[in-house]
Amino acid sequence: MALIDAENIIKTYTTGTGEDCTFYALKGVSLKIEKGEFAAIMGASGSGKSTFMNIIGCLDKPTSGKYFLDGENIVDTRLDKLSEVRNSKLGFVFQGFNLISRTSALENVELPMIYKGIPPKERRERAMEALKIVGLTGKEQNMPNQLSGGQQQRVAIARAIVNDAPVILADEPTGNLDTKTSYEIMDFFVNLNERMGKTIVLVTHEDDIAKYCKRIIRFKDGNIIDDSLNPQKTHSEDAKTRGGAL
Amino acid sequence: MIDFSSTFKMALVSLKVNKMRSILTSLGIIIGVSAVIIMLAVGQGASVKIQKDMASMGSNLLMVSSASVTSGGVRMGQGTRPSLTLKDAYAIRKNCPSVGYVAPYSSEAKQITYGNQNWSTSIAGTTAEYMKIRDWNINLGRNLSEEDILNMSKVAIIGNTVSNELFGDLNPIGKTIRIGGVPFKVIGLLESKGQSSMGQDQDDFVIIPITTGQKKVFGTTFPGTIKMINIKAKNADSIYKAEEEITELLKIRHKIGKKQEDDFQVRNLTQMMETMQSAVKTMSLLLGSIASVSLLVGGIGIMNIMLVSVTERTKEIGIRMAIGAKSNDIRIQFLIESLLLSIIGGIIGLITGVFGAKLIEFFGSMTVYISTFSIVLSLGFSGVIGVAFGYYPAYKASLLNPIDALRYE
Repeated sequence: MALIDAENIIKTYTTGTGEDCTFYALKGVSLKIEKGEFAAIMGASGSGKSTFMNIIGCLDKPTSGKYFLDGENIVDTRLDKLSEVRNSKLGFVFQGFNLISRTSALENVELPMIYKGIPPKERRERAMEALKIVGLTGKEQNMPNQLSGGQQQRVAIARAIVNDAPVILADEPTGNLDTKTSYEIMDFFVNLNERMGKTIVLVTHEDDIAKYCKRIIRFKDGNIIDDSLNPQKTHSEDAKTRGGAL
Repeated sequence: MIDFSSTFKMALVSLKVNKMRSILTSLGIIIGVSAVIIMLAVGQGASVKIQKDMASMGSNLLMVSSASVTSGGVRMGQGTRPSLTLKDAYAIRKNCPSVGYVAPYSSEAKQITYGNQNWSTSIAGTTAEYMKIRDWNINLGRNLSEEDILNMSKVAIIGNTVSNELFGDLNPIGKTIRIGGVPFKVIGLLESKGQSSMGQDQDDFVIIPITTGQKKVFGTTFPGTIKMINIKAKNADSIYKAEEEITELLKIRHKIGKKQEDDFQVRNLTQMMETMQSAVKTMSLLLGSIASVSLLVGGIGIMNIMLVSVTERTKEIGIRMAIGAKSNDIRIQFLIESLLLSIIGGIIGLITGVFGAKLIEFFGSMTVYISTFSIVLSLGFSGVIGVAFGYYPAYKASLLNPIDALRYE
């Protein structure tokens, strides 16, 4: 079974009363993503890509359809159990970094492990290790506002990988970054995919970012209109040298 | 479920981030708790003082005094119709089985002299049993004896203050003092009792045999009468019985008919003290509940700030939920924050309250008493307030939808 297995996902929102007021955000989307894939989801705003990401990210439940993550039936899972699934199977990287303010980089990375119930000593060691992987050794005690955008996003990536989640979901991770930093961050994702074997699903609307991915899925009006392998995938030699410890 | 120390640490960090706000929020609890501590300390202090007074006065006391005269519709006040005699006192001792000790008593203020010293004090004529009734001891010398009463001996027992004023450091025993010109030999020195609840010096006092007093010292328009009879019941249970027996006996002795008003009055001092005690208790309860209101207001302050905090940190809550916090984890985090606010406020309030009570004791010269009960009560109450008023904001936080919370700016 595929790592991410969504079948005929429909998501509707009621905007008022009556039948005409039902808005279809997703109109029956089926998608399988295998272990080790690096997929980009593209589409204009309102195309349903964010709704779909929320569903495969176990933050939202579909109105109908089936969704299995790593073999687990998500649709029938209780909300509290979904927190555990998110905690152990998914790592999130957001456009706005979403670090907890006035909390050090180290403590931000420790957070998922706190909710997993890992003892403090092991937590510290693993968080240090994750920060080393993203090249932030020495910045552990910095607060988010003392870090640049690229550094903040690297803290977020460290947070996403620290619980050994097999899947990383990135929602426009380069949206707030300049081009150079964007490419650096994408190099990290490439390395996470190729060297650590993480399955990555990334939402973007920039073609040059999507080029880093092995597979590109395009959304329009709540449907997948194109799903193809990326022929001219960026195999940046720089990525391997810049990736540091990866 | 996440471990407690981590949640505790997270809560502490959140409170530290908004230091000023946390301090101001706790201030409500600090004021409330110190108010409760101070009010209870003052109330219980008064109560303890009354208890001490009761002990110094002696226990199971009854006081019989003459009733008032009504002359042409004008009531003249207690003791204006002297009706009690020494014989009444002896009759009570003889005929009332519930009575333990009986001491007839009359007193008058007189000038006393020793050598070139003089002092105005209260002269009390009574019998040996007076010491037993008031649980009073003789420090030096001896008590009055039956012979002193029978022979109308000119002997006196003096209080500590009188001794200091007249004799200074000299041993007063065996010396002769003059009371209103009549020489008396000092036979005893009373142990010091200090001030009474009314602030009266109980040691400024001379005791002489009642018979001598009636004959030589007190000028009375009604010879043979006494002001009052002090009585001690055999024990706490027999005090009401004794009261009945005395009333019955005196009615017969004074030939008081069924429809006639008594010409005497029996007062139960223990009962009076108990009444005072319960009045003080009611008072401190009232003060305590007023103080509790400020504690309640402090709790509302906590709730208010926690609600603001939840709204302000909606995004943080969303992040926490996205990376694996269960709604219960969020609820506990906010609950611990409000609990910390109230407990820390409670502890600081306890310290300032104790300090404030000591200040009142020092500057207001009042007795204060800080009981373990009031400490436990106010700390417990502040904890309860933290949970009670923190629960709703915490519950609200736990109900947030992670998607909406993440999108919140």
